[in-house]
This record gives sequence, structure tokens and C-alpha cells, in this order.
Amino acid sequence: MKRFALWAPLAIFALLFAVVASGLFRPAEKVVRSAMVGKPIPDFALPAMVPGKPGLTSASFRQGQPRLLNVFASWCIPCIAEAPQLMRLKAMGIPIDAIAIRDTAPAIAGFLRRNGDPYARIGSDRASQVQLALGSSGVPETFVIDGRGIVVKQIIGDIRPENIAEIAQAVKDAR
Amino acid sequence: MNERNRVPLPLAGGEVLAALLLCIVPAAAQPVTPPARYANVQLADPAKEQSARALMETLRCLVCQGQSIADSDADMAADMRALVRERIERGEKPASIRDWLIARYGDYVTYDPPLSGLTWPLWLAPMLLLGIGGWIARSSFRRRTR
Repeated sequence: MKRFALWAPLAIFALLFAVVASGLFRPAEKVVRSAMVGKPIPDFALPAMVPGKPGLTSASFRQGQPRLLNVFASWCIPCIAEAPQLMRLKAMGIPIDAIAIRDTAPAIAGFLRRNGDPYARIGSDRASQVQLALGSSGVPETFVIDGRGIVVKQIIGDIRPENIAEIAQAVKDAR
Repeated sequence: MNERNRVPLPLAGGEVLAALLLCIVPAAAQPVTPPARYANVQLADPAKEQSARALMETLRCLVCQGQSIADSDADMAADMRALVRERIERGEKPASIRDWLIARYGDYVTYDPPLSGLTWPLWLAPMLLLGIGGWIARSSFRRRTR
């Protein structure tokens, strides 16, 4: 008993040290994942962002075909970086809709002119309220939504060329 | 920009300053539209504002993860403040707004985590430690009176 009492503080210190060190060497994931994955997409109706392209409602995700929902903005620099990847996904026949966060029509029109336009519809989310309803915590983010309107996958940050296969597979699996 | 790959150029005083100024780019891009009305405007009813404020202080800013949305100046925190105030204004209960956000972002979004399989040590550990402390104190006091 006495020997145990003698070594116990050191043992507790070693344990604490191990806990702190493991946190230091393997920091926790910084991104906040949406808890909506696996759940139906929330109901929303967003007005059109640019003239000549329809706005976006949640009903368009329940038409039997999986779609990508890209959360982006003209003021978002990584969104420029992922634009070529979205164009490639579109060329593969994957329909892509978008929500533009706190943006204006001229800024988005300019963004689409410079970086290409992979979108079938763009909804204008002026106060990020639909973004919050989706559990998205920044731009860009992309959601894979199956034909029944269930969110099946969330991609946080810009889509890199190496992510394309994985996204195409997720869309295929959602069919 | 990769700092290691950049080659230092031999520049004179004024040119160095000009070159440095050219290197300054905004760290994070800003939305082009102003924040929603209630992001930075209080509710007219002081009681409602107080309950909105109390809730905002317990919600985590998702961008600057160590701050509450009441403290943070991030654009997303402003959007979340607007959401909280608008819903309180409509008569929604703070607990239901919290639950709505937890359904979207998980328990991580609140600084007041609900009791669950994962969080029970948070609630039980203080009681356990208090109990151990009491036990140690009792035995050491008993020794003194002997």
C-alpha cells in the first residue's frame, strides 16, 4: 500500500503526459463536419443569383438523379482553384447545382466568366441561412445528394484533381 | 506562396518597401454583401435580446473555433448571430435553436454539451474528484486529532 502511494503520483503524471503529448503530436481535426450526412436535405427555396439561370429549391434534389450541391462564393479564393475540377465533373455528366454565399449578381457573373460555369442552377443565399441549415461551415464545400434528397457525402474545402474519382464514385453509388 | 522557393532580390531601400507592399494580400477573403441586419443590431425587446445574447455566448464560432459567436468578428459568426436573433424575435425558445444547430454541426457547436455517452466523464469527473478530495481531507484531519 505504501509503495503504491509512493509511485501513484508519478504514474498519474506519466498518464497525463501521454495524453497531452498525443494531443500535441496528433492535433484534432480542425474542420467541422456536417451532421446532415445521411439525413434529408433541409427544405429551402433560394432566388436566382444571376439572370438567365434558375434559382435553387430543395425539391430539385428529389427528382431521382443524384446531384452535386456546391457551396461557393465569388469572393472565395479556393473556389477559383476548384473550378476546373467542377468543370471536369460536369463533363462526366454529373449535374451540379450551387448556392452562392453572400454575393451579388455582377460578382457571380464575372466569376463564371473567368472560371467557367458548371452549374445548372444557382441560388442566392444572402445571409448564409441555407448554408447554416446544411451544416456547412465555410466555402467551398460540396455535398453529394442522392435522387431522394438524402445527403450522402460532404467534401470540405476545394476539390482537388485527386478527389474527382472519389466524388464520381459517390455519385455512382448514390444512383 | 511557398516562402522557401522565393529568391531574395537585391533591392535598394524604397524598392524593398514597395516589393514588401506588393506581397501583402488579404489573409481571408470577405463576402461582398453586408451582414444581415440582426448580425450586429440588438433586438428591440431587451428581454429577448438578453436571451439571444445568453444563447450566443454558448455557441461556438465554426471558423475561429475557440470563440463564441458573441465574441467573434468572423463573417460566419455574424450570420449565426443573425440566425439566433431572428429566431428569438419570432418567439422560438433558445433550447430549440441550440438543438437545431446541434442537428447540423453536432455537439461541437455548443459550449454547453448535453449529457451523452461521450460527454458523461465531463459531468462525472468533477464529482468523483470532489469525492476523492473529501476522502483525503477526512483521513488527514483524523490523523491530526489523534
